[in-house]
Amino acid sequence: MEKTFDRRAFLKITGTTLGAGALYRVGAAAGVDPRALALAGTLGSQNGERVTPFTFVQFSDTHVGFEGPPDPLGTRAFETAVAAVNALPRQPELVLFTGDLTHDSEKEGESLARMRRFQEIAGRLRVKALKFVPGEHDAGLDGGALYRSVFGESHYAFDHRGVHFIALDNVSQGRPVVGPEQLAWLGRDLARFDRSAPIVVFTHRPLFDLKPEWEWYTGDGDQVMNLLAPFENVTVLYGHIHRNHTFQSGHARHLAARSLIFAFPDPQRTEDKKPDPFDPSAPFRNLGIRQMDLALQGGKAALGVDEVELTTREFAGTVGINQILKGVDTE
Amino acid sequence: MKALKTALAIACLAFWLPAQPGPREIAITARRFEYTPREVRLKKGEPVILVLKSEDVTHGMLCRGLALDTDIAPGKETRVTVTPAKEGEFTAICNHFCGSGHGNMKMKFIVE
Repeated sequence: MEKTFDRRAFLKITGTTLGAGALYRVGAAAGVDPRALALAGTLGSQNGERVTPFTFVQFSDTHVGFEGPPDPLGTRAFETAVAAVNALPRQPELVLFTGDLTHDSEKEGESLARMRRFQEIAGRLRVKALKFVPGEHDAGLDGGALYRSVFGESHYAFDHRGVHFIALDNVSQGRPVVGPEQLAWLGRDLARFDRSAPIVVFTHRPLFDLKPEWEWYTGDGDQVMNLLAPFENVTVLYGHIHRNHTFQSGHARHLAARSLIFAFPDPQRTEDKKPDPFDPSAPFRNLGIRQMDLALQGGKAALGVDEVELTTREFAGTVGINQILKGVDTE
Repeated sequence: MKALKTALAIACLAFWLPAQPGPREIAITARRFEYTPREVRLKKGEPVILVLKSEDVTHGMLCRGLALDTDIAPGKETRVTVTPAKEGEFTAICNHFCGSGHGNMKMKFIVE
């Protein structure tokens, strides 16, 4: 019997988290049925731009300006991650920053100084296509006014090589919400896409109830996901929780990135939301590099490929940095 | 005429009878980065009015166990009626970002 072809299956996103986040690779999965590649072209004609392979990186929670325990190293991890990405043998085409770029301050002029410092470090990246969303520490105290004056709009969308990227702001209203205005905008934005279009949403807080008691949720995240529900290939990238996490809801896979300042513990293991203590012997512990290898459940066996495939191997601290410098970026 | 007299009699009686007590009111104050009191005891099924005030900036209060989710703006009282549906200990957090200590601003409701 002839294998059936799943049009979602041609797209593969593999993730390699770098302390700050993850390196993603978009392209045809290994062993893909030739018909899938033909379909990529067909989809390209349907969706606008043809999907072609590329890589992108996610950074999160750099908290520039944060000092003291539990992390006495300030921006060191952020700067190290920038250097590591710059040393990748194949440069990513985009870098997404999923919020808390800076740590809040109410000292006159200090928040702006921290945002400029962030820009200076991020500007060292060889990749020049940098995209941002705010975290509550960037935008929660002033409704996002300063953030927007420095970084531009806090929600927007763009297309890159056939993938539709959507930046959502779930922090500027002080509360963990996206809000009706942005929801209406999202509905209009999605209206032009076929349900097979690959979509990457990036935002700060999780769009599902991960741990409401730790404010790890978005109040109207379910409304966002309802709007995305018809789409067959959705990846949501977020930060805020300072640890890796993977969650599947419908067609959407939610991926949290590590922080570049300190890590939070597993909320299933403790009720206290206290950062992991700093270990001087392993300063980048839990801020290091992770490469993920995870086959999706429900993958289409007929083709032997999955809609989204994450891969990981975990390296600690400087070992991880060395690994990436040697070129972990391999298929 | 008789009906009118009866109505007047009932009205007079109602005036002189003691008023039925309304729900118990519980005052809670929010300030960076704590609530006072830090713990409140409630009874299952008994409605209470939480009288919430902020002494500084806008705070929030989220307690999924009590179906409670509100902002607490400074300069006014925020009154919220809650009726605990089940026994247990429920953490309430500030869910309106209020500064660097926001992430650990919380209190506890104990429903007996």
